[in-house]
Amino acid sequence: MTAVQDAPAASPEIGRDRRRKEDQRLITGRTRWTDNISLPGMLHMAIVRSPHAHARITGIDLDAADKAINIYDVFDGKKLQDTMGVLVNAWPITPEQQAPTHYPLAVDRVAFAGQPVAVVVARSAAEARDAAELVDIEYDVLPAALDLKEAAEDKVLAHPDLGTNKVAFWQLDSAGQGSGRAIDEVIAEARDGGIVIEREYRQQRLIPAFMEPRSVIVDPTGEQITMWSATQIPHITRFLLAATTGVPESKIRVIAPDVGGGFGGKLQTTPEEWITWAVARWIGKPVKYTETRSESLVSAHHGRDQWQRLTLAATKEGRVTGLKVDLLADMGAYVGVVGGGVPVLGAWMFNAIYKWEAYQFNCTPVLTNKTWVDAYRGAGRPEATYAVERLMDELAVEVGMDPLEIREMNWIKHEEFPFTTVAGMTYDSGNYEAATAKAKEMFGYDALRAEQKERRDRGDRVQLGIGISTFTEMCGLAPSRVLGQLNYGAGGWEHATVRMLPTGKVEVITGASAHGQGHETAFSQIVADRLGVPFEDVEILHGDTQVSHKGLDTYGSRSLVVGGEALVLAADKVIEKAKPLAAHLLEANVEDLEFGNGRYSVRGTDQGMGIAEVALATFAAHNYPEGMEPGIDAESTYDPINFSFPHGTHLCAAEVDTETGQITLRKYVCCDDIGNIINPLIVSGQVHGGIVQGIAQALWEEAVYDDSGTLVSGSFVDYLLPTAADTISFEIDHTTSPSTTNTLGTKGVGEAGTIAATPAVVNAVVDAIRHLGVNDIVMPMTPERVWTALQGGGRGTATVEAAEPHFEGQEDSR
Amino acid sequence: MIPARFDYVAAASVEEALQALSQSDDAKIIAGGQSLLPVLRLRLNAPELLVDIGRIDSLRGVREDGDALVIGALTTHSDIVTDDLVRRHALLLSKAAAEVADNQIRHRGTFGGSCAHADPAGDMGSAALAMDAEFVIAGAGGTRTVPAADFFVDLFETALGEDEILTEIRVPKKTGWGAHYEKFVRVAHQWPIVAVAATVNASGGTINEAKVALTNMGSTPLRASATEAALSGATATEDGVRAAADQAGEGTNPPSDLNGAADYRRHLATVLTRRAVLAAAGA
Repeated sequence: MTAVQDAPAASPEIGRDRRRKEDQRLITGRTRWTDNISLPGMLHMAIVRSPHAHARITGIDLDAADKAINIYDVFDGKKLQDTMGVLVNAWPITPEQQAPTHYPLAVDRVAFAGQPVAVVVARSAAEARDAAELVDIEYDVLPAALDLKEAAEDKVLAHPDLGTNKVAFWQLDSAGQGSGRAIDEVIAEARDGGIVIEREYRQQRLIPAFMEPRSVIVDPTGEQITMWSATQIPHITRFLLAATTGVPESKIRVIAPDVGGGFGGKLQTTPEEWITWAVARWIGKPVKYTETRSESLVSAHHGRDQWQRLTLAATKEGRVTGLKVDLLADMGAYVGVVGGGVPVLGAWMFNAIYKWEAYQFNCTPVLTNKTWVDAYRGAGRPEATYAVERLMDELAVEVGMDPLEIREMNWIKHEEFPFTTVAGMTYDSGNYEAATAKAKEMFGYDALRAEQKERRDRGDRVQLGIGISTFTEMCGLAPSRVLGQLNYGAGGWEHATVRMLPTGKVEVITGASAHGQGHETAFSQIVADRLGVPFEDVEILHGDTQVSHKGLDTYGSRSLVVGGEALVLAADKVIEKAKPLAAHLLEANVEDLEFGNGRYSVRGTDQGMGIAEVALATFAAHNYPEGMEPGIDAESTYDPINFSFPHGTHLCAAEVDTETGQITLRKYVCCDDIGNIINPLIVSGQVHGGIVQGIAQALWEEAVYDDSGTLVSGSFVDYLLPTAADTISFEIDHTTSPSTTNTLGTKGVGEAGTIAATPAVVNAVVDAIRHLGVNDIVMPMTPERVWTALQGGGRGTATVEAAEPHFEGQEDSR
Repeated sequence: MIPARFDYVAAASVEEALQALSQSDDAKIIAGGQSLLPVLRLRLNAPELLVDIGRIDSLRGVREDGDALVIGALTTHSDIVTDDLVRRHALLLSKAAAEVADNQIRHRGTFGGSCAHADPAGDMGSAALAMDAEFVIAGAGGTRTVPAADFFVDLFETALGEDEILTEIRVPKKTGWGAHYEKFVRVAHQWPIVAVAATVNASGGTINEAKVALTNMGSTPLRASATEAALSGATATEDGVRAAADQAGEGTNPPSDLNGAADYRRHLATVLTRRAVLAAAGA
């Protein structure tokens, strides 16, 4: 027993600024991303995609491609129709939902430009690309449904057979569900002597634009068919492959190796995965497909894309009474794995941190002939937060109050928690006063307001504005019973296993599937503390269904809040399981043992042994109590009892050059309350990245289509992603109201910055030039739109649906 | 990156490069590759032959030749930013080169390549035009020299023939002139929505002579002639240059695209011209 050292009494890991242990291999490229994996005899696939938004396929000539050098086989949708399965929506938001059948490879009709139509398989990726250019496809072009509002009127049908573009109608009504009064009544009251604010806001279409393009390899040569995929959801993918292609789940292994970002964009089961699956099985050899960036932008699912019609009712003093939300949500051509569930998640968030008497949320997901739309960082909650935080500024103007004061007047006070909202959610904890006070102080709010006034009075060419966003969100998707009530196709639990190795090291298996978040570090900290072992002795295994057989993957800020709790439960089970053995070896009664700092001690004596020693004794199994099995590993499945509700106050100061419309960020401060923090460094990274993505929606990013349904912003020349050169230093801090519904007291932080930042920036810009007659600017707030608004041209011109050519061969828009 | 197939020749001299070009009807010259590689990667073009001139060292570097600087076509943007001769005698080129794309691209991309590509949104073309640069072109029959005003013909089109190579850019010295390149973008690594290249000879708060050219206001870099004329003798103040700058949009034909409609660009040209001239004049 002396060969194994006892763990020293570890200082608490939770709360430490641990550098991410996975970064060495991720940043240096030492790891293997899917596209770096090469299997013996592996073939390469290229995909031919539709150039048309909507067309009937009248002929596919694959002969020339088939005869090209080193071509192994060629496929169209008809050839694969019986084996390729279909792509499904896992969250039909109503039983009557209308969704088109989504074949991975189009069979007789294409419904968006970029949809896969034919496939070429060659010995090398280069030969596949060359031969793909030889495929000749004839199309009969059909009218395309492109504009969301027009599509909602069913003028042109995206899928003629469905008879409508409207996928479903989904409603949450506070009177109907008994969580508040009737909305129409409250609005009528406000029209008679109160305040009614009616606005329509646009959530533009965004592209998740993860760093690593999607890549997939399928190896059908083993007893299990193995898929490597750059995905967020290996477990869901395995389940759906089994469900839709007829291969028994036990014969399927899905591996998400290190994955370079997702932002919701890899929360999908993709045509590319399903096609590679079918092709590899057909051929009987490993097949790889890696998309180009151009393919990624045009065919991986997009995000946001809503029209929001909003009616806010308040008393004339500014106390909010009612909120009515009418959403049109563009689904694109197909309803993705979460699909209409994304905008529906907003149903519990439009009411935000405020106390309303009545609330109604109406949502109509609509099909169009554009790239499909699904989850993107925040998924439903950024849209909701944007709308309500913009409206609160409008209300403040109407009442003549400071926008922070009007929020404080209406928000849930810290002593009112737990608080059941008008939408029916119970917020467990929070302290909006504390977070706001801290943010306000960090920001220098009063001094900036004074400077703003001075510049206004002076008529300065550069005007200053202050934007506020006091957001909350719901994290930790999700209590399985709640998901059941919402017809979601799975539960929301998470699974973990803790294995005690003979040498005292610990292997932890999680069903969460990291793709850049830092799970390995944060989860190691949790387990190290719980078991009292060194941080370095904990290894986190994930993303391979053969190792992690059970899990629900990573999205919706759930990994720590749900997956972390599963770790705690599993570690606690290990401690309990090992206890009788420790007692046996120490010749003590189980009841006299206590566990702390990695040691079992006999109460009132100096006798004890480390958990590592117990692990070795378990392995040897030379001496263990009757009736006990020689094993102390444990697993656990945790199902949350509630969502968690992080919140925060974000303050942004922006300068607007009134001569050009150019916007310059001056200062950005936030104070988030995300409950207890496991690793502050990782949290900072999440907040910084999230804020930049939120700012990017306000200022830069937009997926623009032309009137024939071609994605104009189809490269990073025209889809403007920010870099570090475009941002400023953010000042971030925290207040802490631990979640009361989980043991670690965590709330989730993956999406907070993205949710909060967008309205903060837009509110700042509008605040800067409101005195010049501007009360809204359409996102992204291009300098042109700002300048046009300043010329009295309204909240923003439509974007010119053309891109400037910078290379010969590109179409000239002039 | 998987381009279509092509043949490749790495030329050791201008003569070898010209020889290689004459062997193919469908050849492209590659220098720093910052404009050609995206074309190949996106398969917008599939030339049969690439003639790599990147190893012809005689085409790299800056020297003086009497009243002119001679800049080798292969001189990178990054070298132009820091070159002492350029900073002393052609400051505008240094200022414009500093605004080209990002650091990696500035270390690969070349002055000659950027001009030969002739994207009207390229930063170096208008700077060269404002500097009254001349382009030295080698061909089978020897070399010829083309002034900037005639070099840029149209979108992606220059006076360069199919079998010719841009070897040098001759720039008349403007020693002691102030300079500024005012570039308007939404994100830092973008092509300019509009940019203005200005170099100014000013003394005692008065502008003696100004050279102004516009980026991305037509299918080629454009000289703001009316503005230049009106600036002569103007005081270097906001009000002093405003009227001259307001003429900057005249005769331009800017594109309309995602980043702005033509009318907005014309407006921007006037504002940016005023700012560029004032900054160049040190005001």
